[in-house]
Amino acid sequence: MFANTISKKDLALLAVFTAAVLAGPIILKPIGAGYPDLLQKFAIYGIFALGFNILFGLTGYLSFGHAAFLGVGSYTAVWTFKLLSMNPIPAIILATIAGGLFSALIGFISLRRSGIYFSILTLAFAQMSYNLAYSVLTPITNGETGLQLTQSDPRALDVAFGRDYGAVLPVSDLFGMEMQGYPGFYFCAVMLIVCFFISMRIYRSPFGMMLRAVKSNQNRLNFTGVHTRPYALTAFIISGMYAGLAGGLLAVTDPLAGAERMQWTASGEVVLMTILGGAGTLLGPVIGAGAIKYFENIFSAFNDGILMKIFSFLPEVLQHLAVSISSLFVGEGWHLTLGALFMVIVIFLPGGLMEGVTRLSNLFRKQPPDDRAGGTPHPAPAE
Amino acid sequence: MSALSVKNVNKRFGGLKALDNVNLEIDGGTVHAIIGPNGAGKSTLLNCFIGRLEPDTGSVTFNGQSLLGMAPHEINQAGVSRVFQTPEIFGDLSLIDNVMIPSFARRDGAFKINAWTPVRRNGPMAEKAMSMLEDVGLAAKADETAGHLSRGDKRRLELAMCLVQDPKLLLLDEPTAGMARADTNNTIDLMKTIAQRGVTMVVIEHDMHVVFSLAEKISVLAQGTVIAEDTPANIKGNPKVQEAYLGGAHL
Repeated sequence: MFANTISKKDLALLAVFTAAVLAGPIILKPIGAGYPDLLQKFAIYGIFALGFNILFGLTGYLSFGHAAFLGVGSYTAVWTFKLLSMNPIPAIILATIAGGLFSALIGFISLRRSGIYFSILTLAFAQMSYNLAYSVLTPITNGETGLQLTQSDPRALDVAFGRDYGAVLPVSDLFGMEMQGYPGFYFCAVMLIVCFFISMRIYRSPFGMMLRAVKSNQNRLNFTGVHTRPYALTAFIISGMYAGLAGGLLAVTDPLAGAERMQWTASGEVVLMTILGGAGTLLGPVIGAGAIKYFENIFSAFNDGILMKIFSFLPEVLQHLAVSISSLFVGEGWHLTLGALFMVIVIFLPGGLMEGVTRLSNLFRKQPPDDRAGGTPHPAPAE
Repeated sequence: MSALSVKNVNKRFGGLKALDNVNLEIDGGTVHAIIGPNGAGKSTLLNCFIGRLEPDTGSVTFNGQSLLGMAPHEINQAGVSRVFQTPEIFGDLSLIDNVMIPSFARRDGAFKINAWTPVRRNGPMAEKAMSMLEDVGLAAKADETAGHLSRGDKRRLELAMCLVQDPKLLLLDEPTAGMARADTNNTIDLMKTIAQRGVTMVVIEHDMHVVFSLAEKISVLAQGTVIAEDTPANIKGNPKVQEAYLGGAHL
């Protein structure tokens, strides 16, 4: 079906990507990231960033409200667990659809403006959703406590198929396989690979070409006979569906949903992931998502005790000084590290980590640096 | 029969009367030049043809269809393409993509989700785009980034982007500005070939060499009104035109 329409290069890229994702537990073990909870996060946020990149990387529209769709996906998935079934498949399908519908609504309104006004509109909508989830929507979202499963949930489909979870709180399971630990990771990994493949098709298609043209020169595109807004809206909805799916998967691996998932910091995080990895590149967002989740995990786990050990080779006075300075950057303060890292990347590698990869490979090939290689565009202002 | 018909068009910007009761009849299949001193309203007039500006009063019809109130993409889909005074191209994309995009726009219409099959780099669309680039002499640079081109090359690229759409009406706003003499002559030859295909062309131009080598009819715009409309030979001798051009030394 695909053999005649996919280029050999893309097929190779897909094969390498698939192999790398599936072998993730082994590959990432040496750097201390080979355990399932973190791997699940890599895959889930990789999906989130892949989708965000279809909007931001291709069309240049910078949304600051994508966490809203992530949150909607999570709530939808938990409600599906409660009402229908603990099977993850209905949950992620409905989460994707809910993300798509919600993004259609927000995108339709926000895309009436471009540039900074678009960003502010999406931010405003996401913050509204966040506050609504805490206040008037409490019957649906369970407010501050977050939406959780209970033993008395109806689970209509499970009951219909004679599935009884007894007197314990159930976890999501795919036909008996519990979606925790490695099975949970592999479920997310398969979704990531599928999403990567879809994203690749979009990148190579005439539709993807039009989206790049939206970013490059909307004026020219209009006078070329193209109605730009439906193109941007479609990209917005696709990225909203990716976010909904990612939110659904968060609920699959850990069946609860809270409003803080919709907060602006979560929206900002996906922007950082995409730019850090390389906006507009295929692989970049996945790498960016992985890098940020990895560093979050490493640096937030540090505490003064660990730092004391690290600096124990220093004389006591210096040891205390070093610890008190470096402790600002770890634990709760790991965002400082993230900020510093982000500044370094944006200043020295404006095309993100993928630009670094391209530069390195050019260096090894002893070719003159070519700014078009690897399809890494220069960052353009948000349109 | 006139292809483009402009009747009693007025346009005001605050206190400035940019277009003052402009009437124009442009015959199908001809090259019509609009000349006039800076600030005469030439570009404003062209903007009224493509939906960028809406005249305050008056009518603009193309092959009997009113263009007023139509969105820019609808006007383009009706067969009107424009080359801008400052080249409007897709600066971050390759030249070949720049030409393929208008080609897709013509094939797929204003909006179509065509997200599954990849763009074929050796299919008929790519070949057509390549032959357009050859026509404007940019085939060798097909894979370069368009934003890095010289101003003259950008202009020729934009021309290729318009031509690939097989327009019925081609509007050219100073198509040779910023080009070297040799390139200008190439562009004139190219426009002559386009004219032979029966494309109606409206050209705004300051370079009288271009105007007199191409135009079958010339309208002279000054202070928002058409002060003369005639064949090139008669325009040269028109005293009103010479006055508008302050003695008309370069006519």
